Amino acid sequence: MPTSTQTTEADPAGAPQPSAQAAPAKAPKAVVRPGDRIFSGATLAAGILILLTLAGVALFLLAQSSETIEAQLTDPSAITGGNGFFAYVWPLVIGTLVSSAIALVVATPFALGIALFTTHMAPRRLAPALGYVIDLLAAIPSVVYGLWGLTLAGNLTGFYQWLATWFGWIPIFAPDADGAISSTGRTLLTASLVLSIMILPIITSLTREIFLQTPRLQEEAALALGATRWEMIRMAVLPFGKSGIASATMLGLGRALGETMAVAMILSPGLLTASLLVSGNQTIASEIAQNFPEAAGLRLSELISIGLVLFVITLLVNMAARAIVAKTSVKGS
Amino acid sequence: MSKQIDIKDLDIYYGDFQAVDDVSMHIKPRSVTAFIGPSGCGKSTVLRTLNRMHEVIPGASVKGEVLMDGNNIYGAGVDPVNVRREVGMVFQRANPFPTMSIKENVLAGVRLNNKRMSKTDADDLTERALKGANLWNEVKDRLNLPGSGLSGGQQQRLCIARAIAVEPEVLLMDEPCSALDPISTLAIEDLINDLKDKYTVVIVTHNMQQAARVSDKTAFFNIAGTGKPGKLIEFNETSTIFSNPDKEETENYISGRFG
Repeated sequence: MPTSTQTTEADPAGAPQPSAQAAPAKAPKAVVRPGDRIFSGATLAAGILILLTLAGVALFLLAQSSETIEAQLTDPSAITGGNGFFAYVWPLVIGTLVSSAIALVVATPFALGIALFTTHMAPRRLAPALGYVIDLLAAIPSVVYGLWGLTLAGNLTGFYQWLATWFGWIPIFAPDADGAISSTGRTLLTASLVLSIMILPIITSLTREIFLQTPRLQEEAALALGATRWEMIRMAVLPFGKSGIASATMLGLGRALGETMAVAMILSPGLLTASLLVSGNQTIASEIAQNFPEAAGLRLSELISIGLVLFVITLLVNMAARAIVAKTSVKGS
Repeated sequence: MSKQIDIKDLDIYYGDFQAVDDVSMHIKPRSVTAFIGPSGCGKSTVLRTLNRMHEVIPGASVKGEVLMDGNNIYGAGVDPVNVRREVGMVFQRANPFPTMSIKENVLAGVRLNNKRMSKTDADDLTERALKGANLWNEVKDRLNLPGSGLSGGQQQRLCIARAIAVEPEVLLMDEPCSALDPISTLAIEDLINDLKDKYTVVIVTHNMQQAARVSDKTAFFNIAGTGKPGKLIEFNETSTIFSNPDKEETENYISGRFG
């Protein structure tokens, strides 16, 4: 102890410090190498390109929507439905949000389970194969999911009937006024279930990567305290992966919001209804896809402006995801 | 409270590679035993077999017996989870749970045993464990702040508090001071001296002075060459190892001469 105090006292008095006084007078010019300059320029250009693209899309949507905005201001009855733009768009927004939310609620627990299984539970030889199969799910084109969903819809009608019989008192499972449900099963619930399978791989593979990054030291700390495998996951893996799980689900939500083809093929669209078991409801993406081929003039502008609404929703979802990640990040050790 | 450990003909493998060959030793209860030797000689590996943490590594396996008060922890039907609840461990780098407060870190192991504790019991235990780890005075005013905000030495003592809060029979320490400054090292060494009144302590260290300072008995491990298994060369009273070892190999290592 005494030696250390002596040295700290002796130091400033003994040694003069010319460098500290000389430095502010004339800062030496940093050497810039051409390779560095080219690389920094290239990366800057790439970064700016992203911003330009985003701004370009937003501007395009806004410009093309001008006709709808004009109609909304002068003659709202000209817009589809006859009650103005917002009356037209809000059922679509609700349909989009509800189907995505259901997909998320169904898919997330499965995705987390699969990710935990492949990273911490599965036998070492099985885990990579399983991860590979999950990634393959992501490679299936959405048209194929749509075709599969149509078959699924027919087979789900029995289950829907059962739901309507026993849980019909819950508005979302209520049959229509005649006491019937959709005979084809092509309802928003079917579309949501297919969506959940479509977003399953993205959530699974992202959370799997995050769970793999759990510091080994944290896992061993829990195990050495006598934690079982599940307790170790709860103490070390899940707290560490919290922000990653949040961002993975948000990315899944983003995919579900924008998914078009499968929903357009499965859902037989109609007016907004609370029940998920009767045909009706529509999502924004599917509305655009189904009406775009014959649309012209004001109708075309309407479709583009609901596209703008979808664009804003996904932008908000991504911003929310960012905020959640920033708030829940754990400092890794 | 504390148990004696008998290691009998222990061979340790990583997959097909044999890391440690035929170790046998007897460790007395309420004593400090130091494992020393060059890097890669298997001393940490042996330590990790004492609470079955070795098998956490994929492909790792063990042959032979480790008896705690006569019960083989590698016997049929022994749950490694129960072994680890009786044998606490402190790691090379401090690893408090980053999302938990200081208090939650101390209680983490106890909460695992699904004990429902009253708040006063929990507070008492926290205080006792932190006092046992010589940390109480430094953190008593910030028990609800995250453990990751402490200094390295404090974090390591927090990990010791976490390990002793479950009142283990044996405490294993894997180079607990290798990432710490001399002052924090001194604090931990003093603590080890106190801990041996209650626990059987086994410590792996690269620092021979540390082994000489804290331990009653010392085991010297060595390795014949890369790819060869590590062996227990000599296990003796610490004073004997550092003054007049039986084996020339030990003498060479202690005095800094090799080969």
